[in-house]
Amino acid sequence: MCLGIPGKVVETYEEHDVLMGKVDFGGVSKRVCLEHTRDVEPGQYVLVHVGFALQVIDEDEAQLVFDFLEHMHELDELQVAQE
Amino acid sequence: MKYQDEYRDPTVAKKLQQAIRAVTTRPWTIMEVCGGQTHTIVKYGIDELLPEGVELVHGPGCPVCVTSLEMIDRAHAIASRRDVIFCSFGDMLRVPGSRGDLLALKSRGSDVRIVYSPLDAVNLAAARPDRQVVFFAIGFETTAPPNAMAVWMAHKRGLKNFSVLVSHVTVPPSLTSILQAPGNKVRGFLGPGHVCTVMGFEEYEPVARNYHVPIVITGFEPVDMLEGVYMTIRQLEAGEARVENQYRRAVRREGNLESRKLIEDVFEVCDRKWRGVGIIPKSGYRLRYEYRDHDAERLFEVDDIETRESTECISGQVLRGLKKPHDCPAFGKTCTPLTPLGATMVSSEGACAAYYAYGRHLEAKHSPRQPVGAGNTVRLKECAS
Repeated sequence: MCLGIPGKVVETYEEHDVLMGKVDFGGVSKRVCLEHTRDVEPGQYVLVHVGFALQVIDEDEAQLVFDFLEHMHELDELQVAQE
Repeated sequence: MKYQDEYRDPTVAKKLQQAIRAVTTRPWTIMEVCGGQTHTIVKYGIDELLPEGVELVHGPGCPVCVTSLEMIDRAHAIASRRDVIFCSFGDMLRVPGSRGDLLALKSRGSDVRIVYSPLDAVNLAAARPDRQVVFFAIGFETTAPPNAMAVWMAHKRGLKNFSVLVSHVTVPPSLTSILQAPGNKVRGFLGPGHVCTVMGFEEYEPVARNYHVPIVITGFEPVDMLEGVYMTIRQLEAGEARVENQYRRAVRREGNLESRKLIEDVFEVCDRKWRGVGIIPKSGYRLRYEYRDHDAERLFEVDDIETRESTECISGQVLRGLKKPHDCPAFGKTCTPLTPLGATMVSSEGACAAYYAYGRHLEAKHSPRQPVGAGNTVRLKECAS
């Protein structure tokens, strides 16, 4: 129910004074309300729930878990080298 | 799809599995709050990847499951009216009420429609001024902004024939209720990622502090869930109890301020009855007086509702993490997705439906945990595409 799907904003437009947009979900386009993510630019990703964008996805933050694991892997290798 | 596939990568999951094993010295019981998280856990076998003694119990975060029987019966009564087009999310249509479900009503000729978004129901009201369009506005805080937006837009466009039957619930009071219950064994929470994209996580800080439980706001993909478990156990092992944010790509501390403002404008906090749990004080939203013309509960009088709940169903205990679907004698026998006795078997996010969908009703017992690196990451691989 609280499903949120990441989708790429293709274009934005106003409808009844509300910001709407065409958002692409891996090849499937949907009409999405962007009123609460008004600063979003085409090309950016938003998290969409029941046709409504809840947040713009932060690309830098999205990478952090992979950086953390990479760092952990390097530490493992250091330990192995010391042994 | 970007921001999905990379979070289903089995090699990344395996690294996190190893990290969890490295920090775990004792058994811990952790509750995932959201039904969507429960679904991920069962679908990908996340619980089977964890060290022996680390148990995930399933929380109350399935709005379809916790919508009260009285409200389902009220929806049934309103949807039966000839002047009404009753719109709902698909999951709600098969939830058993005292007098059957909304789908059965539709098959008998009532105009019951599934909509993707509440905003679609607003457009339907604009296109059909001859009919009353009622939207069943259920959900947690995640769904509150789109539902509030629908009411706000209908109000602004002067659509007198659009109303909402509101049965909104909120997460923090339910966590407090779980922590206060006798027999509670939950020591940490994987917090509701999408609820917090809207609300932020400041309101979870007093809960973590007062009950000394770590709460890690967690996303919904397998890598998110494993990182959430890792962060929770790391805190538990260190004796800490803080709110941490695993779902950083979508959740900011303050949430979405525009959404919070709209929720505040359209809704006010009220007591709410949760199916299988009872009344939790200040755990719901209802429409503010200014929007009374769009309040279906006020517009459509319904005779006294006399509810009849299944006596076999233990969904209330499943929703509070006290029991698992396996513990119910009806699970997979008299209660299946085709013949559900309770709502946890209806919604795909209900624990019972998730267990059933992924074959756990066929297992005589819960399958034993496998060692790190064994075949259970295969499921992640299969689902990554």
